[in-house]
Amino acid sequence: MADQHVQTLPPNLEKATLEGKNKYLGFWLFLGGETILFASLFGTYLGLRGSLNGGPGPSDLFHLPLVFIMTMILLTSSLTSVFAIISMKKGNYKGLLTWMTVTVLLGAAFLGFEIYEFVEYVEHDLGFTTSAFGSAFYTLVGTHGAHVAFGIAWITTLIIRYRKSGLTLTNAPKFYVAVLYWHFIDVVWVFIFSVVYLMGIGG
Amino acid sequence: MAQHGIDPTAPLTGEPTKKTKRKLAKELRTQLISFTFMIFLTTIAFISIASDAIPTGFAIPFILLLACIQVVLQLYVFMHLNERGNGWQNAMIWTGVLIAIPTVASLMLLLGIVKF
Repeated sequence: MADQHVQTLPPNLEKATLEGKNKYLGFWLFLGGETILFASLFGTYLGLRGSLNGGPGPSDLFHLPLVFIMTMILLTSSLTSVFAIISMKKGNYKGLLTWMTVTVLLGAAFLGFEIYEFVEYVEHDLGFTTSAFGSAFYTLVGTHGAHVAFGIAWITTLIIRYRKSGLTLTNAPKFYVAVLYWHFIDVVWVFIFSVVYLMGIGG
Repeated sequence: MAQHGIDPTAPLTGEPTKKTKRKLAKELRTQLISFTFMIFLTTIAFISIASDAIPTGFAIPFILLLACIQVVLQLYVFMHLNERGNGWQNAMIWTGVLIAIPTVASLMLLLGIVKF
């Protein structure tokens, strides 16, 4: 590696190796499958949301300010992960790790609000088995929350695992794919806040 | 990767090329603009439901439209689907959407209306 000091970074680090290319392609296949997973949960929720079985309904439970704050947190975390990738492509590894950490913290804040929200609903007598609405709601929003939790664990693992290695062609695709996953979580949340919360309050 | 002469586990040094830097600066600008726009869309969606001024019959399709715009922005600007060489990536996510639509429609019909 004598000529390393004159080396320039490849423009698309995440796709510079065959392994990276395959990861990138395979991950989109996975996201296509995730779309269908969430579609089935959304369809179930939309079918069952009127079946209250005497329990509390959407308009008794949901509070727009809380959902608005959660939405803004998740949207901002999507932006910070964009900053992380820009840093990565500039070769700024410290910037990548810092922005990834910010993303994880915002994700954790989101998850905290969601747990608080669920606790609140259980106290208002909406259990998982109270009504078909309750089951569908907890399954849909809970699956999204589980994705957030998994994303946090994933990115944290990457940060710890590669805290000292510097930017390499091995870890660049890993960070890139984790960020794609994070954006996808935000994509799903856009539909959740529209379909579950806004439609739940609006009619 | 032999063709780059780089060990994939060796730390990368050096700077991106001038061309890449320009491209990244442009990319960042687009992403910041679409982020601002997404915040705007979200706020509009919440306001249209929170205020009583807009009738529900209009507000529901309206917020769904806003959601779709926001998701397309996420996919194409934040997740780089608009870049060249992403044909298969586009095919995969849109195949997912193509199957997702009848899934949602049929579940709504079977569970919500037919109640079989």
